[in-house]
Amino acid sequence: MSEISATGSDKAQAADPFCGPDSHGHFGRFGGVFVGETLIAAVEELDRVYSRMAADSAFWAEFDKDLKYYVGRPSPLYFAERLTKHYGGAQIMLKREDLNHTGAHKINNTIGQALLAKHMGKPRIIAETGAGQHGVASATIAARLGLECHVYMGAEDIKRQSANVYRMKLLGAHVVSVESGSRTLKDAMNEALRDWATNVDNTYYIIGTAAGPHPYPKLVRDFQAVIGREARQQSLEQFGRLPDALVACVGGGSNAIGLFHPFLHDREVAMYGVEAGGDGLETGRHAAPLSAGRPGVLHGNRTYLMSDDAGQILETHSVSAGLDYPGVGPEHAWLKDIGRVNYVAATDKEALTAFRALTRMEGIIPALESSHAVAYAGKLAATMSPEQILVVNLSGRGDKDIHTVAEIDGIRI
Amino acid sequence: MSRISQTLSSRKAEGRKVLVPYLVAGDPDPSLTVPLMHALVASGADIIELGMPFSDPSSDGPVIQLGSERALKAGTTLKDVLSIVARFRESDQQTPVVLMGYLNPIEIMGYEAFAEAASGAGVDGLLIVDLPANEGDEFFAAVRPKGLDTIFLVAPTTSESRLASICACSTGYLYYVSLKGVTGAAITDKGDIRAKIEHLRGVTDLPIVVGFGIKGPESAREMAAISDGVIVGSALVDRISYLQPGKPYTQEQIGETVTLISEIREALDA
Repeated sequence: MSEISATGSDKAQAADPFCGPDSHGHFGRFGGVFVGETLIAAVEELDRVYSRMAADSAFWAEFDKDLKYYVGRPSPLYFAERLTKHYGGAQIMLKREDLNHTGAHKINNTIGQALLAKHMGKPRIIAETGAGQHGVASATIAARLGLECHVYMGAEDIKRQSANVYRMKLLGAHVVSVESGSRTLKDAMNEALRDWATNVDNTYYIIGTAAGPHPYPKLVRDFQAVIGREARQQSLEQFGRLPDALVACVGGGSNAIGLFHPFLHDREVAMYGVEAGGDGLETGRHAAPLSAGRPGVLHGNRTYLMSDDAGQILETHSVSAGLDYPGVGPEHAWLKDIGRVNYVAATDKEALTAFRALTRMEGIIPALESSHAVAYAGKLAATMSPEQILVVNLSGRGDKDIHTVAEIDGIRI
Repeated sequence: MSRISQTLSSRKAEGRKVLVPYLVAGDPDPSLTVPLMHALVASGADIIELGMPFSDPSSDGPVIQLGSERALKAGTTLKDVLSIVARFRESDQQTPVVLMGYLNPIEIMGYEAFAEAASGAGVDGLLIVDLPANEGDEFFAAVRPKGLDTIFLVAPTTSESRLASICACSTGYLYYVSLKGVTGAAITDKGDIRAKIEHLRGVTDLPIVVGFGIKGPESAREMAAISDGVIVGSALVDRISYLQPGKPYTQEQIGETVTLISEIREALDA
């Protein structure tokens, strides 16, 4: 609804559009807290605790220590020389989040949130997962901290991502198959919210992306912003200047907001968020709410959504389970509306082509999610000059996807 | 005085508790909802809460989720829900109808258009589960001038400061959630509910109706004893799930489906 708006933050966000969210979680007209009363006390408690911890340098020191010694940060900013030649044009630099422990950027967030859970004295954590990467990252940190862990996963995704399901079980997590609705990520999130409302006293809900009710979009962004801070510093060290453009895939949008946020004030840096175009935006079979959706309210926040004319949430389609979500983080919705970030889409086919190109030319097998970013980066690079620099967030590695790709190739492995 | 407030105050004057059944509009088929609503009134319902089906009912337990899925499968839209109310009103101008559901379908229709259509159809109150009082200014500005009551949930976890702001935004009645969890779960701590409701009485003069875990006559009587009435949702939706969509129904089948409500009525009036 375009007429929705006006919060007390408008003045502050007019002066600095990137200072959000306000104290109620609004990024312009997006974000907020849209949950049932049974969950309000829980999100308010989290907001209080996070505000306190975020102001405490000891908390960040603990976080940074885990990122360094457990995750293996900083992740390199790597010049993909052959890929650059292949696409022709700007130099393509890969931010190697695929090299993190557990194979994706997701661990940055779960480390931060598990520290919050620990400080809040919650012995039980829950998480939702689509591709399984966030589930694995949650199960991992739960194992390390000795927390009970329940991961909600759509029955369809369990079929698509059996290796990650087994990984979570090995790590000691309970994987709960979600049979309701479209049996994918959005339904897993509904089920996790129900669990949280029921077990609110002893349970911490680790949301995997920069969406959901306030303060999740803010705190997930803050934990993922290590990606952008490193990339910014590495750019200055390696090229003596900032890159010309950033490219990241956007499902819920946590890897993208993590890369983009520290660069938002650098107006000379162009930014591109790449959504899952599925079979093509024109077919309606995609997962691209920013490119082809409309504003609405789901899972605790107002944002762009894929919904029909009656306001029901649509099923999404993408070759990549991690992008198969009908909503997107509210800060992306805001950045789209103010024009700071360009949101585009790459189709399944384009992502698969990029998957193969990166694998063959650099010896790096990317996640299908990240392959969407690579696909668009290739197109973009070709329109740029060889002096220009383009940073692509390689948000995860593709080991989890080899069964999907093999199946597309008609191979049984 | 709104139709909801009139109903509640006349029940109070009679020394009776209010009985508020909940069903999902369009479950299992839009043609069954109006006959079910009339049958509920005949069985002793004082107010009807009509669920607006949504694809992602994250505050609801499995029974109401399935009800919502059946209604959507039968093609029920928000416009259909409003026309169901309009048809119900053709022969019942007394019984208040409260629409309960999630914000997105209303947001897509547009607040003004929805408020106009809802009041035109004869809706009396609105309970939007995922719209907390402090996010609702624009919504209230659209619906209040149409005379629609805005009803809110109060949970066992609701803080003192929120309680004050919820009461300030509430009209009609307060919906007290009897448990931590989703609709249809089991009530575990009755003593706590009693204490919370006694506390609420000191904060507000609004009638307090209890819901989320009332399965039958016994739990209804227990909860009504400490409040102004009860809401029965999942237990009724579970009965409705036995009706076949798209098939002709008999008055007998409809009657059997709502016997739970007459049993609860008897228990409340005993």
